[in-house]
Amino acid sequence: MLQSAINVLFQGRNFIRLLEGLWITVRISLLSVLLSIILGILLGFIMTKKNPVIRVITKIYLEFVRIMPQLVLLFLVYFGLSKSLHINLSGEFSAILVFTIWGTAEMGDLVRGALESIPIHQYESGRALGLTEKQLYMNVILPQTFRRLIPQSMNLVTRMIKTTSLVVLIGVVEVVKVGQQIIEASRLTAPLAAIIIYTTIFFMYFIICFPLSKFAGRLEQRWKD
Amino acid sequence: MNTNSKDNILQIKNLEKGFDQTTILNNLSLEVKKGEVVVILGPSGCGKSTLLRCINGLETIQNGEILLNGENIRESKQAMYAIRQKIGMVFQSYDLFPHMNILDNITLGPVKAQGRKKEEVRREAEQLLERVGLLDKVNAYPRQLSGGQKQRVAIVRALCMHPEIMLFDEVTAALDPEMVREVLDVMLELAKQGTTMLIVTHEMSFARAIADRIIFLDGGSIVEESEPEMFFTNPSTERARKFLDVFTFENVHNIETE
Amino acid sequence: MDIEVIQEYIPLYVEAAKLTLRLAIIGILGAIIVGLLCSIIRYYKIPIIHKIVGGYVELSRNTPLLIQLFFLYFGLPKIGIVMSSEACAIVGLIFLGGSYMSEAFRSGLEAIPKIQEESGLCLGLTRWQVVRSILLPQAIMISMPAFLANIIFLIKETSVFSVVALADLMFVAKDLIGLYYRTDEALFLLVVAYLIILLPISILFTIVERRLKRVAIGN
Repeated sequence: MLQSAINVLFQGRNFIRLLEGLWITVRISLLSVLLSIILGILLGFIMTKKNPVIRVITKIYLEFVRIMPQLVLLFLVYFGLSKSLHINLSGEFSAILVFTIWGTAEMGDLVRGALESIPIHQYESGRALGLTEKQLYMNVILPQTFRRLIPQSMNLVTRMIKTTSLVVLIGVVEVVKVGQQIIEASRLTAPLAAIIIYTTIFFMYFIICFPLSKFAGRLEQRWKD
Repeated sequence: MNTNSKDNILQIKNLEKGFDQTTILNNLSLEVKKGEVVVILGPSGCGKSTLLRCINGLETIQNGEILLNGENIRESKQAMYAIRQKIGMVFQSYDLFPHMNILDNITLGPVKAQGRKKEEVRREAEQLLERVGLLDKVNAYPRQLSGGQKQRVAIVRALCMHPEIMLFDEVTAALDPEMVREVLDVMLELAKQGTTMLIVTHEMSFARAIADRIIFLDGGSIVEESEPEMFFTNPSTERARKFLDVFTFENVHNIETE
Repeated sequence: MDIEVIQEYIPLYVEAAKLTLRLAIIGILGAIIVGLLCSIIRYYKIPIIHKIVGGYVELSRNTPLLIQLFFLYFGLPKIGIVMSSEACAIVGLIFLGGSYMSEAFRSGLEAIPKIQEESGLCLGLTRWQVVRSILLPQAIMISMPAFLANIIFLIKETSVFSVVALADLMFVAKDLIGLYYRTDEALFLLVVAYLIILLPISILFTIVERRLKRVAIGN
C-alpha cells in the first residue's frame, strides 16, 4: 500500500509538477523579497528622520502591517482591492503586492534598527578624521550596518518563503494545490498518497528554509561583536 | 582512620584533577581542623580556585578522596546537594540572585534545601544582616547594592545554612579598593567566633592577620605549608620567596605612581 | 458598506473570534510547556533527547504551519491517526509554537552567568530546585521580549485554522464573500475583529517591555 503511494510520487511527471508548484511559491517569495529589500532600505532611511509627520505615518503603516495576520492582508488585497478597483487581480499578483508591503515594513524596521544601533561616536570619529558624509557612510556606517542586517534579512526571507504557503488559500496553483490534484487523481489507486505528498511538501519547505536559517545563524554568531 | 582525623572537618587525600592533558591539581593532600582558618596563596593559575570548587563538587576529580567529617563526598554523589548544605561558599563575582530581594536570597537555601521554617530563617537572616550592618537592605534588590554590600550579603547567605566550613574564593578581587575593607572585616569577625574557613585571597596583609596556617600552592601542588609569621618573614622555599617578592615589588611600584 | 449587514454579521464574527481565542490560548499554553521542557533539555544537553529535540526545533521552525496542518489533518488519517479539527489546530499550534518558545527560553537560559547555577548548587539545592527557583525565573525575564513577540506571532498564525475546517474568522469572512458577495462588510469586520484581539495585547506587551527595560537599566 505504502509502496504504491510512494510510486505515485514518481509516477509520470508528478514529482516534476510538485517542483514546478514549488517554483511558483519560491518565485513569489523571491520577487517580494527583492522588492522589499529595495523599498525597505529606502523606508529604513526615511524612518530615521526626526520629522514627526513621517514618524507617525511610518509608525501606523508598520504597526498595521505587523499586527494583521498576513492572510488577512492577502484577503484585503485579493478580494477587497479587486472589488473596489473593479479589476481582477490574479492571486499571484496580489500575493507579491501583499508580501512586498509586508516585507518592506519589516525590512524598513530592520534597516532603521541597524542604522540606529551604530553608536554616535562612530559618526563622530569618522567626521573627526575629515571624511565627507558620503565617505562616512560608505566606509564606516554602512559596512557595520550590513553586518547586522544580512543575517536578519536572511531570516526575513525564510519567514517570507514560509508565509508564501498561504497563497494556496487565494487560489494560486502552487505546490500544495498541485499536491492536492495528485492526491485527488490517485485517490482510488493509492489511498495513502496524501501522507506521502504532504510529507514531501513538508520536507521541500524544510530543505529550502533550513540552510538559509542555519547560515543566517552562523553569520550572526560570527559577526557578533 | 587515625584518631587525629576526628577533629578534622575537611580532609583531602591525594587529590588529582585535570582537563584533557593538563594537570591542575597534582597529588594534593590537606586537612582543616574545626575552628581553623586556612589561607591558600599562590600565583594565578596555580589551582587555588579549582581546589575550592572540587571540595564543593562543582568540579569532577580524577583521583583521590575528599572527606567531610570523615565522609567521602564522592561516594555519595546522588546526595551531593545534602553535602553542599554543610559547605558554605562565597565567589569572587557577586553572585546574588538578581530576581530576588535580599531576604529571599538568604532564605532560599535554608527553606528550600533544608526545609526549615520560613519565619525562623527570616529572624536569623535579619540578625545576621544586622551583624554585617545591612539590616536596612533586607527588602532591597541586589542591583540596588554596592559590590561590597552584595558580597556581605553573599557571606550571610552562606552562613545562614549553618555550614561546617566556609570556602571563600577571592571574594574581594572584583571589589573597588574602598569596599575591600568592609568585607574583610566581616571575615575577621567570623574568624574570631571560631568559624572554620578555607580562604583563597590576594590580600597579603589580610592573610597574615587572619590565618592560622598558610598553604602556598604552585603548579597544582602544595609547595609550602607554615604559620603565617613564618611564611611571610622567612619562607622556606625559593618559589614562595619569589611569589612574595612580586607583591613587594608591586607595593613599591604603587607608591611610586601615586 | 451596509451598516445593517454589519450588525447582522457581528454575532458570527464574535463566535468565530471566541473559537480562535480559545484554541489560541490552549495552543499557546501548550507551546509554553513544550518550550520550557525543550529549552531545559537543550540547555543541559541531556544525551540523545537533546538531539531529538534539536531536530524537532529545526523541523518546526523551518516549515509553515499551513503545511503542518495539512499533514496532520489530511495526511495522518491515512495511516490511522485521526484527530478532530480542533485537536489538529491545537496540536499544530503547539508543534509550531513549542520550538519558538524553546528558542526564546534557551537564549534566556544561556544569558544567565554560570555562577548563578553554581551558587544555587552551593546552597545545597537540588538540580531541579536550581532550575525552578533560580534559572527559569531569570530566563523568563530575560527572554520576555521574544516570549511576548511569540505570543502575538502565534495568535496571528491561528488565521490558517480554516484549512482544517474550523469556523474561525477567516472562514466566516470567506463565506460571506463567496456566498453572499458581502466583500466590503466581510473584510471590514475581519480587520476590526483582528484589531480588537491583537491591538490591546500588542499595546500591553509594549508597556511590559518598556517596564522591563527600565528595570534592566536600573541594574
